[in-house]
Amino acid sequence: MNLRAVWAIYRMEMARAFRTVLQSIVSPVISTSLYFVVFGSAIGSRITEIDGISYGAFIVPGLIMLSLLTQSISNASFAIYFPKFVGSIYELLSAPVSYLEIVIAYVGGAATKSIILGLIILATASLFVPLSIQHPFWMVAFLVLTAVTFSLFGFIIGIWAKSFEQLQLVPLLIITPLTFLGGSFYSINMLPGIWRTVTLFNPVVYLISGFRWSFFGKSDVSVGISLGMTVVFLLVCIAIVAWIFRTGYRLRN
Amino acid sequence: MPSILSISGVSKTYATGFTALKEANLDIQRGEIFALLGPNGAGKTTLISIVCGIVNRSSGTVTVDGHDISKDYRAARSLIGLVPQELTIDAFETVWATVNYSRGLFGKPANHAFVEKVLRDLSLWDKKDAKAITLSGGMKRRLMIAKALSHEPRILFLDEPTAGVDVELRQDMWTMVRRLREDGVTIILTTHYIEEAEAMADRVGVINRGEIILVENKAELMRKLGRKRLLLELRNPLTAIPEAFSRYALELSPDGGQLTYTYDNQAERPGVASLIRDLEAGGIQFRDIDTQNSSLEEIFVNLVRREP
Repeated sequence: MNLRAVWAIYRMEMARAFRTVLQSIVSPVISTSLYFVVFGSAIGSRITEIDGISYGAFIVPGLIMLSLLTQSISNASFAIYFPKFVGSIYELLSAPVSYLEIVIAYVGGAATKSIILGLIILATASLFVPLSIQHPFWMVAFLVLTAVTFSLFGFIIGIWAKSFEQLQLVPLLIITPLTFLGGSFYSINMLPGIWRTVTLFNPVVYLISGFRWSFFGKSDVSVGISLGMTVVFLLVCIAIVAWIFRTGYRLRN
Repeated sequence: MPSILSISGVSKTYATGFTALKEANLDIQRGEIFALLGPNGAGKTTLISIVCGIVNRSSGTVTVDGHDISKDYRAARSLIGLVPQELTIDAFETVWATVNYSRGLFGKPANHAFVEKVLRDLSLWDKKDAKAITLSGGMKRRLMIAKALSHEPRILFLDEPTAGVDVELRQDMWTMVRRLREDGVTIILTTHYIEEAEAMADRVGVINRGEIILVENKAELMRKLGRKRLLLELRNPLTAIPEAFSRYALELSPDGGQLTYTYDNQAERPGVASLIRDLEAGGIQFRDIDTQNSSLEEIFVNLVRREP
């Protein structure tokens, strides 16, 4: 295992995050604060409680997940797309590093950044609403699992994309709608029957539901299913990445 | 001595159906400077990219110091440094960070003293804290070389290293190449400046339309395929070459004042001495005489043109 290479890539990726601290950290924190103002205060004044949880607190896990998903994808997709775009990927491909090492380094870097961001949003949220975490271990487990899974997904998008437009396409057209419709701001039990069934096909529902359970001990779907769905998505992403590297898809061809 | 790089039956057909390499065979000797010449699109960069692991080959085998580039890619790649044709650097990194990154990527432990030496040798030390984006084109080229040398490779690929580079940097670069060779580094370069290959290389390979059409010791190549020209400045211009000289296939300049006789070691054509004797006997007097050797460039152009 070329651990020095993994460390070199990881450190470079983290350095990039700190170099663009405004874009990486500050802007998501500001947008989260805005969500609190708009949803927490304006709408929260009309919806006081969901499942016995104050609306302001109820949306916190969803908001963290929203940022975690989008940031994991954008961090990882940009990290691998940018060297492809400027051509500096030649160095990575000609280095004595295995595919596994490349994935660990890039996905690790992207996931670390989004986890830090998730924790910052959590800290920001605690300034607006009183929060307690009933299952801290599972909270961290969902946070890490989701960050890693969606960083892998972002990595796939970064390799697949041939233009900046394509890079934005999946997060913009698929992930953001799925997150908004995945119960970030409401309980899916509030939906009419048919829409509740439709929503169950949205994988993000399981992530948010499981994550919310770790905070409040209450969830829309059972925690076991949430965890299972997240792991399934992780395995699907791993399988796709393995295929990409085995065939050299859009990297060595 | 076994070759340090062995390319055997390597072909590459891209997904578009374009065949960039056809059954390429090439052995590079340890410690030599090898110049790979070929017109644009001949397959030079594809060949280099396959050896370095950037492009998958369609068939064939490549070994680097005995290590197969697929089965034993770590050992093979750690011996190779690559300076690609394009200036492709992460623009927002500093010189110091990016060179140390390259060293780490190739699995070498941090060695700031060595990286400092590389940067000093390439006149980049003053710029170590500058971001790549602020460097001039020449400085970026030096940075690419520094990155390639950061992990102490035993084989250095220079793909068009002097394209768009000023005279000073070109000379610096060739000094560096000679110094690396003295340290035992094998150097494989592609260049459009054939006079550079002529000045630097021990051996020359010519690639055209994906096929390596010739590999030869440079001096031997010049001897075998090089031509000599005898230029005769005539005292009295001629309107046409007399019939008696047809066996020499002479060329007359448009003004009739100069005769050119092209000859080589291989051709079974009459020699210079007999031509001069015949000219004197035929009453054609000349006031000056000069000979020219054909350059590697002419040899190269002739070779490539000869291909169907």
